[in-house]
Amino acid sequence: MISIHHISKSYSDVQAVRDISLEVKNGELFGLIGPDGAGKTTLMRILMTLLIQDEGTASMGGFDVIKDYKKIRNMTGYMPGRFSLYQDLTVEENLNFFATVFKTTVAENYDLIRDIYIQIEPFKKRLAGKLSGGMKQKLALSCALIHKPEILILDEPTTGVDAVSRKEFWEMLKKLQQKGITILVSTPYMDEAMLCNRVALMQKGEILDIDTPQKLVENYTRKLYAIKSDDMHRLIQDLRSYEKTDSAYAFGQFLHVTGKEDEVEATEFENYLLKKDHPGLQVFDIVPGIEDVFMELLQEQ
Amino acid sequence: MKQFTGFLRKEFLHIFRDPRTMVIIFLLPIVQLLLFGKVINNDLQDSKIGIFDQSHDNTTREITSKLLSSGYFLLGAELLPGDDVEDVFRKGKVKMIVTFGPEFEKSLERDGHADVQLLADASDPNTARILTNYASGIINDYVKKEKLQNIQLPNQINTEVRMLYNEGLKSVYMFVPGIMAMILMLISAMMTSISISREKEMGTMEVLLASPLKPIQIILGKVTPYLLLSFINTLTIILLGVFVFGVPIKGSFIFLMAESFLFILMALSLGILISTVAPNQMVAMFISVLALMLPTILLSGFIFPIKNMPWPLQILSHAMPPRWFIVIIRNIMLKGTGIMFVWKETLILMFMTFVFIALSIKNFKIRLE
Repeated sequence: MISIHHISKSYSDVQAVRDISLEVKNGELFGLIGPDGAGKTTLMRILMTLLIQDEGTASMGGFDVIKDYKKIRNMTGYMPGRFSLYQDLTVEENLNFFATVFKTTVAENYDLIRDIYIQIEPFKKRLAGKLSGGMKQKLALSCALIHKPEILILDEPTTGVDAVSRKEFWEMLKKLQQKGITILVSTPYMDEAMLCNRVALMQKGEILDIDTPQKLVENYTRKLYAIKSDDMHRLIQDLRSYEKTDSAYAFGQFLHVTGKEDEVEATEFENYLLKKDHPGLQVFDIVPGIEDVFMELLQEQ
Repeated sequence: MKQFTGFLRKEFLHIFRDPRTMVIIFLLPIVQLLLFGKVINNDLQDSKIGIFDQSHDNTTREITSKLLSSGYFLLGAELLPGDDVEDVFRKGKVKMIVTFGPEFEKSLERDGHADVQLLADASDPNTARILTNYASGIINDYVKKEKLQNIQLPNQINTEVRMLYNEGLKSVYMFVPGIMAMILMLISAMMTSISISREKEMGTMEVLLASPLKPIQIILGKVTPYLLLSFINTLTIILLGVFVFGVPIKGSFIFLMAESFLFILMALSLGILISTVAPNQMVAMFISVLALMLPTILLSGFIFPIKNMPWPLQILSHAMPPRWFIVIIRNIMLKGTGIMFVWKETLILMFMTFVFIALSIKNFKIRLE
């Protein structure tokens, strides 16, 4: 449905994306995962025909993003990274406006947006600028869906949205996928990667790996430890200066640590740290998550 | 078509929901016209003068009453011998003091000349010059008509002055066309450029571009509301000019509106052009004010005569659309001329409109960069 071949794009002094190729299959929920500056937005804008790539080709539903830009604009729904609706129009007015822009009516496609719109309908007379973050995203998604697009492109739809709304939002995406819409979504949150069919891990304009999130995690064979003490700051410094430590990153309340050659046992870390007088020390094995995969890939770079 | 009306509805909602926009569109024209027409007035009217009459005879009394009945002067103070002239001026009530010498009438009849002194407060040089000119005019006129009737002077040249097209030398006649040019520039060019660049700034332009809307639909949708509003403003200004300030419309009203329409189109296309260059509202505003408002006020001949400018500015003034529009409006309203006399200016405005539209189309992007 979406195919990208060797796409490169640079702004005056920054290489935004470099030689990216990927395929999104029909009806797939595909995630672009990576931190700010990974090139997710640039890639999406090229697909949305809003930017022209320097090199390579891309097509959406078989239409070339440069030559057939008009057709693509008719058949895709797009939610930019920033909230891009009219803040001085009400919820209802925004939705009606986008319906007329796409030569349709809200009533005609109400089926598709009902599940989402029903949650914001009580506030339909409220100005869009006065909605909460989660509500805004629901409205923006409704507007992007109003013309029954075949492809949906969502640029960081859950950034700045509370945890409950984020969960709801992903449930909606799953439902839309069941209705046959191909979805390309970007996010900086690793936990959301697990909800996609396949993900591309991106960093500094390049793709590190593409696979299902489950496979990515399975392929991670290193031994991983979670370590915690009362003095986390000193803990990370001590671990990084330990000759048997390969990597040590902070993940929430714990440090995720790998040892060199994967032969380092938990007890070795424990003994080393006990010598350093760490109060409240805890060391145990954990199952790696997608974040650990990402960190590992970054380190390989 | 439904796309277009939907877009129009959205634009009008933007306009009606933003108090600042409403003030600029509906209040500003009226306030500016009233300000320029009433407050900032170059005309002389009811200026207070002081009279120091040392002879109190028929002639001085008649001259005094001529001065006071002219409509230009009001009696602010009557000075007595021993009054300090500077004190009177310092109080700031009178702008000029007329002093008649002692035995005015007698010396006029006996010696053929008499002395009147005009003391003016030249801290405001313009007013002082106008006041003394008017006063000496009235006094000379009186002497000529009343006293020299029977005396034939040899080889006398009389100058007869008549101010055609604006007999009363009312400056509001000048201001109405000028304000029209200014307001139309402001609303048409500045408001359109701001409203388009607001879409860029708020990120909504990205969504519009990614939609099936054609660039021409976006531009027309943006421009049409301001075209309507500017037209309403033109009517308001003309009506205020006619009914409040008594400015005549000697030429054809339809022709006047047609020329205004052309000027509005020109300003709108200039606004679009600005918005294609400006990345955000601040820049659009900055360009509009710096590149449009100041030149409109300073270089169009609206306040300062073009002939008095240094030559580089005179040349620059040719590039100012309001300069041509003001000439057209003055011709139609005050002289009652038709297209035969303003075709050159009209063509220049058409040419400018064409250039701005061509440049805007060339600059308008169907993508983000």
